[in-house]
Amino acid sequence: MSSAVRPIATTRSAAGMPTGKLAVWWVIASEIVIFGGLLASYIMHRLAHDAWSAQAAHTNTWIGAFNTMVLLTSSLSAVLAHQAAERGDGPKAARLLYATVAGALTFLVVKAFEWTGEISEGFTITSSTFWSFYYTAAGLHASHVIAGAILMLWVAADARRNLELHRVELIGIYWHFVDIIWIFLFPLLYIAK
Amino acid sequence: MAHAHATHHPINYIRVWFILVLLLIVSVAGPFLGIRWVTLLTAFGIACIKAVMVARNFMHINLEQRYISYVIITVLVFMLLFFAGVSPDVMKKEGSGWVKPSWQAAAAASSAAQGGAAHH
Repeated sequence: MSSAVRPIATTRSAAGMPTGKLAVWWVIASEIVIFGGLLASYIMHRLAHDAWSAQAAHTNTWIGAFNTMVLLTSSLSAVLAHQAAERGDGPKAARLLYATVAGALTFLVVKAFEWTGEISEGFTITSSTFWSFYYTAAGLHASHVIAGAILMLWVAADARRNLELHRVELIGIYWHFVDIIWIFLFPLLYIAK
Repeated sequence: MAHAHATHHPINYIRVWFILVLLLIVSVAGPFLGIRWVTLLTAFGIACIKAVMVARNFMHINLEQRYISYVIITVLVFMLLFFAGVSPDVMKKEGSGWVKPSWQAAAAASSAAQGGAAHH
């Protein structure tokens, strides 16, 4: 792609950094308010209702821990992809992004099995306020995992041909943020019982 | 694209990942001790440490323009303000000029049940 037709977000650096990267940080700041509001609401309700601990006792800590491990590992492959892109090795960056997508799919498959088990035991989104928060928070996070995986496939397809390698870092920043959200969801939903 | 952090001390990403996994193991093991404050510390204290490690070492936030950190800190402060403003309404059963009838009814039913059990 010639520089004449490249998106302005790729080339302009009016704020001391490429506009595309600034946009990603801006998205993350907005997402902090979305997830932060949800988690703050959960925490205040959880502190006010001791009975929620009986509901939380039904979540599976080991499944949550496994998925945390999966996301931490996918963050590693994402940052290694960024490192490869910095060195100009697009094909390697693409392979590492595909590995990150594999992590995302593993996370989603495990979550699907987990939810199937919980729903079959009668714990649905309308069972109680705890389960409403549980499915809303985990579901909102899972939707971000799906979005991240789709975007990573797109970025990897270009990176494989050594195109738009700067986007590897941008999708990586987003993915690490998704990881951080789960880092807080894990103790809130799976450990605090 | 090759910017500031190419010139900084290189980060050993695999070492960072290994420490994150160790911290995860500690956070899972914490509740087995059965001590409430240890569980809170290993769960939420470690979550904060892990989040900062990911932000610094994987997102390289400390190598970005300073204002990025200020933006992130600002929205986190907004969340604290939200919590401080709303939590009294959620967590208290009564306040200045307001009560929660459903909570009071539940508390009355609970104490009546306890009183009944004591009589028997």
